[in-house]
Amino acid sequence: MTQSLLKRHHPLSVIDEQRRIIAGAADVAPFETRMGEAGLRPLTAVGITTFQINVGKMCNQVCGHCHVDAGPDRKEIMTRETMALCLSALARTDAPIVDLTGGAPEMNPNFRWLVDQVVSMGRHVIDRSNLTILTVSGYEDMPEFLASRRVEVVASLPYYQEKQTDAQRGEHVFERSIAALKRLNALGYGREGSGLALNLVFNPVGAFLPPKQAAIEADYKRELARRHGIVFNRLYAITNIPISRFLEFLISTGNYESYMKKLAGAFNDDAAQEVMCRTTISVGWDGRLYDCDFNQMLDVSVNHGLPAHIRDFDPARLAAREICTGNHCYACTAGAGSSCTGSVA
Amino acid sequence: MPGYYESEDLARFGDIGKDAPQLWEQFNKYYAPVFAEGALSEREKSLIALAVAHAIQCPYCIDAYTRDSLERGSNLEQMTEAIHVAAAIRAGATLVHGVQMRTVAEKLSM
Repeated sequence: MTQSLLKRHHPLSVIDEQRRIIAGAADVAPFETRMGEAGLRPLTAVGITTFQINVGKMCNQVCGHCHVDAGPDRKEIMTRETMALCLSALARTDAPIVDLTGGAPEMNPNFRWLVDQVVSMGRHVIDRSNLTILTVSGYEDMPEFLASRRVEVVASLPYYQEKQTDAQRGEHVFERSIAALKRLNALGYGREGSGLALNLVFNPVGAFLPPKQAAIEADYKRELARRHGIVFNRLYAITNIPISRFLEFLISTGNYESYMKKLAGAFNDDAAQEVMCRTTISVGWDGRLYDCDFNQMLDVSVNHGLPAHIRDFDPARLAAREICTGNHCYACTAGAGSSCTGSVA
Repeated sequence: MPGYYESEDLARFGDIGKDAPQLWEQFNKYYAPVFAEGALSEREKSLIALAVAHAIQCPYCIDAYTRDSLERGSNLEQMTEAIHVAAAIRAGATLVHGVQMRTVAEKLSM
């Protein structure tokens, strides 16, 4: 298994180095300049619909494209005290969706407690699952837990075939993911009328853009049903963000400059208007506040004078805040756009 | 001249329009809708383009339609099968000319 950048003491494990490289992308206009040309500068939030909580960087996988640099060696885990602060903050908003991510969020020892608290507040919970964690000893009853709380599962599966999936996510990941999907299907997940939403995530296995979401969703539905008898609701096509381990891949394979040019050249004004950060607040494992999970991994907290910790949560100001951007944001504005729920335009 | 087929030249394709802009415009007006979703999907059209690119041995087209096929969700199995179709047609076209060879040989031979 590959190790995290941090574990390998890789130069990109120093966040300033990532920020330096992204800011200096050759032949790419600064993202802020391009947003200005589109009449979208400054970019501001228009509310808080999604309250996204990253409950920690610990993961049982070490995927080659991971923007979190997650892995088994990462010990950054949100405590129950910080979760309680999140719940207090959540109660001061009318955000209908609480999006739990990681790492593998299920590995946080207080994950089930947090889900129960959020459900009791009447909010819709999303679990961003890597699927294989549902097959690991100690987590085998997680699918039943998720189903009993009506938690939506958004699961990573970068392709409907083993070769591509394992190339990105590790040996035997596809086989174990299929086993997990079958278990979720058996509980009703992904089946019409069950009320148990199972949405999959496609992201390119390499330095290229995702296909049109509707087209690849049709391919997934046909092939997963034909080959494995698996059903699901929606497929979200997500563009790989040029940070962390995907940045390492781009640089080591000589694809960095062409990828950045590709993203910038595919800038879409309509997608730029609909970027997810405008309706999201992202909370880090230590309670710091960010515009999105990607800014979180670049240590760019909410700025422009706003308090940047969950204990100082100010819903009104956050709902209309100015968003921090950088060249990595080109990934969210390219083509049909990209967000945690796929294409936006 | 350092060499033929520089990969950077692909990005300069539009330079061809500099001295014949109307013709370039007409080409683009035709090219874009050809690849749009129709009776065939965009993914299928991209695979056809990839196969043709190999048949006509255009390195620019191979570069462009390898990337395009991946971006339309195709995988290496499908892309490899597509170029086998091109290869089979080329092989068949070569072999079928053997009939001409046989016809000439039979005419000339005792």
